[in-house]
Amino acid sequence: MTYKELAKRFLDSANISIGDSLKIQKENISYEGILLDRSEDADDGYIVLKLDSGYNLGVDINNASIELIEKGDRPKIGYDSLEIEKDPNKMNISIISTGGTVSSIIDYKTGAVHPAFTADDLLRANPELLDLANYEVKALYNILSENMKPEYWIESANSIVNDILEGSDGVVVAHGTDTMHYTSAALSFILKTPVPIVVTGAQRSSDRPSTDAYLNLFNSVGAAKSEIADVSVCMHAGLDDSTCNLHKGTKVRKMHTSRRDTFRSINSEPIATLKDGKIGDINPHVNYTKRGSNELEVNNDLEYKTALIKSFPGIQNELIDYHIDKGYKGLVLEGTGLGHIPDYMLDSITRAKDENIAIVMSSQCLYGKTNMNVYSTGRKLAHANVISGGDMIPETAYVKLCWTLGQTDNIEEVEKIMKTNIAGELSQKSSLKYFLN
Amino acid sequence: MDWNELGLKMGLEIHQQLNTTSKLFCLCATEFVDEKFDDEIKRNLRPTQSELGQIDRAALQESLRKMRFNYEAHDYHTCLVETDDEPPHNLNKEALDLSMTIATLLNMEMVDEFHTMRKQVIDGSNTGGFQRTGLVATDGYLETPHGKVTIENLCLEEDASKRIVLDSKISKNKSIDDSKEDITDDTNVNINNYTHFRLDRLGIPLVEITTDPSIHHPEQVKEVAHAIGQVLRSTNVKRGLGTIRQDLNVSITKGARCEIKGVQNLDLMPKIVEREVQRQLKLIEIKEELEKRDAKVLDEIHHLNPIFENSSSKIISAAETVKGVVLKGFAGLIGEKVQKGRRFGTEIASYAIKRGVSGIFHTDELPAYGITSEEVEAMKKYLNTGSNDAIIIVAHDEDITISALEEVIKRAKMAFEGVIEETRKSLDDGNTEYMRPLPTSSRMYLETDIPLFKIEKKSIDKIKNNLPELPDVKKERMIKEYNLSEDLANQLVRRLKADDFEVIISKISSYTDSSINSSIDSTTVASVLAYDLKEIKREGHDLTNVTNHKLINIFKLLADSKISKDAISKLIIEISKDTDSNPEIIAKNKNLLVLDESSVQTIIEEIVNKNSSMVEERKMGAMGPLMGMVMKELKGKADGKIVNKILKEEIETLI
Repeated sequence: MTYKELAKRFLDSANISIGDSLKIQKENISYEGILLDRSEDADDGYIVLKLDSGYNLGVDINNASIELIEKGDRPKIGYDSLEIEKDPNKMNISIISTGGTVSSIIDYKTGAVHPAFTADDLLRANPELLDLANYEVKALYNILSENMKPEYWIESANSIVNDILEGSDGVVVAHGTDTMHYTSAALSFILKTPVPIVVTGAQRSSDRPSTDAYLNLFNSVGAAKSEIADVSVCMHAGLDDSTCNLHKGTKVRKMHTSRRDTFRSINSEPIATLKDGKIGDINPHVNYTKRGSNELEVNNDLEYKTALIKSFPGIQNELIDYHIDKGYKGLVLEGTGLGHIPDYMLDSITRAKDENIAIVMSSQCLYGKTNMNVYSTGRKLAHANVISGGDMIPETAYVKLCWTLGQTDNIEEVEKIMKTNIAGELSQKSSLKYFLN
Repeated sequence: MDWNELGLKMGLEIHQQLNTTSKLFCLCATEFVDEKFDDEIKRNLRPTQSELGQIDRAALQESLRKMRFNYEAHDYHTCLVETDDEPPHNLNKEALDLSMTIATLLNMEMVDEFHTMRKQVIDGSNTGGFQRTGLVATDGYLETPHGKVTIENLCLEEDASKRIVLDSKISKNKSIDDSKEDITDDTNVNINNYTHFRLDRLGIPLVEITTDPSIHHPEQVKEVAHAIGQVLRSTNVKRGLGTIRQDLNVSITKGARCEIKGVQNLDLMPKIVEREVQRQLKLIEIKEELEKRDAKVLDEIHHLNPIFENSSSKIISAAETVKGVVLKGFAGLIGEKVQKGRRFGTEIASYAIKRGVSGIFHTDELPAYGITSEEVEAMKKYLNTGSNDAIIIVAHDEDITISALEEVIKRAKMAFEGVIEETRKSLDDGNTEYMRPLPTSSRMYLETDIPLFKIEKKSIDKIKNNLPELPDVKKERMIKEYNLSEDLANQLVRRLKADDFEVIISKISSYTDSSINSSIDSTTVASVLAYDLKEIKREGHDLTNVTNHKLINIFKLLADSKISKDAISKLIIEISKDTDSNPEIIAKNKNLLVLDESSVQTIIEEIVNKNSSMVEERKMGAMGPLMGMVMKELKGKADGKIVNKILKEEIETLI
């Protein structure tokens, strides 16, 4: 129970805990209802009641008296397990959940929303999924995606590897949307995969009837069954609940705080569209790896001492110096325009070079390539061994540098890897189509 | 009827739109948009897991089929909040204050802390699949001549999207008449299985006021609705068709609760109640008779095509199939009237209609509609029914026929329970029609995207100290204080002009106090506000420029006798077209200022002289026609009284 201090003493005095029916008497009015939990940041002078009508209200306990009507049962959440037989004619798809619930159960008695992680819950809420495949469902974490760490990328990758070794024909990773594209990029570098790995999530939580989780999940399963054996992100293509886009895991970015179609391919186009759990149109201009053409391979060494720094007018050398002093091995700069930082920062950059720290330049424009030959500052940076990130978005460049530094300490080797296309993250040609779509 | 003996119980639920600047959880305006929509967004809703219980694929599929929606949105009039693509903004304080004002007028107790809830609504009228609503106050009351009525709850909530019916012939989307709009039923699914909604109404703040079911006389329902209406109209609520929706709950001891939606006309309420009680009594009677007869509904659906092979009934010959069911012991009862013009058969038919048929045939009314007695006899013989039995037949496509007859069987079986809890639609003649089963209790949980909102005692006190006057009280005061006629006072209050009137009158009276010239009577000001402005507006003039300040200046001109009463309307029209100049300059430019007495004198002299023969002939009898000529010439630039005086003098000098 999160009631504290005043409210806690008040409730304890009548031996009342969450879920109990109670009556609270105030000067002009009394209420009867069930005691609900109160959010942790709320005032301790109030208790929360759910009335018979279903409405909640907060009651100021000052000058109030309280009596217990009936002890409540602890609400039981979840259902009996389902007997689902595997259909040998269907593909086996694994669903790994890292948080960002793909389905929820609402307990209307208390109003609590419980994430549902088991295969049974998932399939009970979305029985149409059974038409598409057999499932293994695993809840790996239950974290908000802003709390994701590089360590978790590795564990997720290992879990995916296990599933593939156990016969999965495709893997769907349910993920919070905030850092989804970091994870998709990380999995792209860590794994060489013979089967599709599809990362998906929801912009509207799954306790709502309007959630986008279902469409995204259904189409992600469709993508996981397909011939496109890339690490990809599958999310709403538009505001309609009709199609999803399948984006390359290294070329995708969350571009809107709240819209369903927040994920966009940057400096690329979606690999394919999905509708009704099936691949619709495949974009002939985007390369992808065919199912089965890769052997499963894991390169899961990462360098955690890697940082992403955004340049801005007025930025000071101390930001770079701090990272050098703290022993960072690699820095990705999110420079302005073609890939610039103020020329007075060359000192710190040179110092970093001397300390054998890899520095990669990306652009806060997001769209287009960096080019450090056009302006003098760029040339000076190139001279100081700043590595051009090409058309990689800053987040992908960051993830790739973590991974690259995990593969080698040799700075020349690092530069070589960073400039080589490993997982579709670098493209040489810039199409007219690669902008704001 | 003896209402007490019947155990008549009624409750009212009133939804009123608030006239706030912006919506409840976003900054969009609370006005409807006439322009064509810019965007269409297609969405599906899914029942959430807790509503499913166990996997029932067929039921889920069926419910999903009905949950495809097309939302019409505007680029700038609506925003991402309405499309469910952005979290709600903070609670609209103006709306909360307004609902607290209404609650105070209804003698209610405010909650200490307002919690916004999500109430599951998956008919598509809310893009999120839930309506946001919160409890503002409880435990109020209203006095009526039939006794005190408890006002149970006042909630502040979002209005839903407006349903749109696609008219393929005119190819123009038409919004459903607001009064009937709330009435969504599953037959009305548009082409491509999408139900269409427009987002401009979604999120407009509404108060929902519910009484307890203690209303016990049909006339009292009307009194309560009227009294609540008075309270609402004294505050800043929306006016006009569709801005208020009234639902009525009716039950009698032996019957069941029925919710009657969309009652528009207060005067019709007592009749609706009487008709509903009548219906419930009749259904109870039918139930008792069925028990006596040991009646039974047979489940089998019979194929009857061979019997109607050469039918002259247009409906039957045009249909793919004819099928029927046997109701043992129902003969005569299906034709029983349950309400004026509605038979028990109509009740059964209204269930079948939900499955897409236009109606049913039953043996209580046959032969008719082109069905011959030979066909009826053949059918009875084929189905082996006796004289106590009834047959209901439906003609349509195979699956629709079966599904409609399943509904017939379901409803016929319900007859053994007497009255069924239903949501019914109010019809214009006072009858009601089945819409859907009564919804189960609301499924609600906390809207976590919106902070809890404390209602401090000082804000309650502030509201208590600034309560608006109730319309009736205001009207009485206007009559007494300003010596207005009942009609004028009533018009001012109804047209929301009473406040303007008081502002203008106070300015004018302080002005005329200090002026020696004249005074202006309150009736003149009142009738300009109550009638002339309305008339000018009706002629198509935009009155945005005609501010109180300008009206005050006009009345000052009148007080100074610079214009005549007759010129006021013309001056207002000119002011409405001219934003810059002050009324006096406009009056001067437009030649509306009164002429000084000597100019008037000159004009009158001229006219009298021209018509001297008439004056000689008719003496003072010429007064009338000459007055007309003079006034025509002066065009309102002189006061009638002065004209009258001068003209009289002029005529007198001649005779």
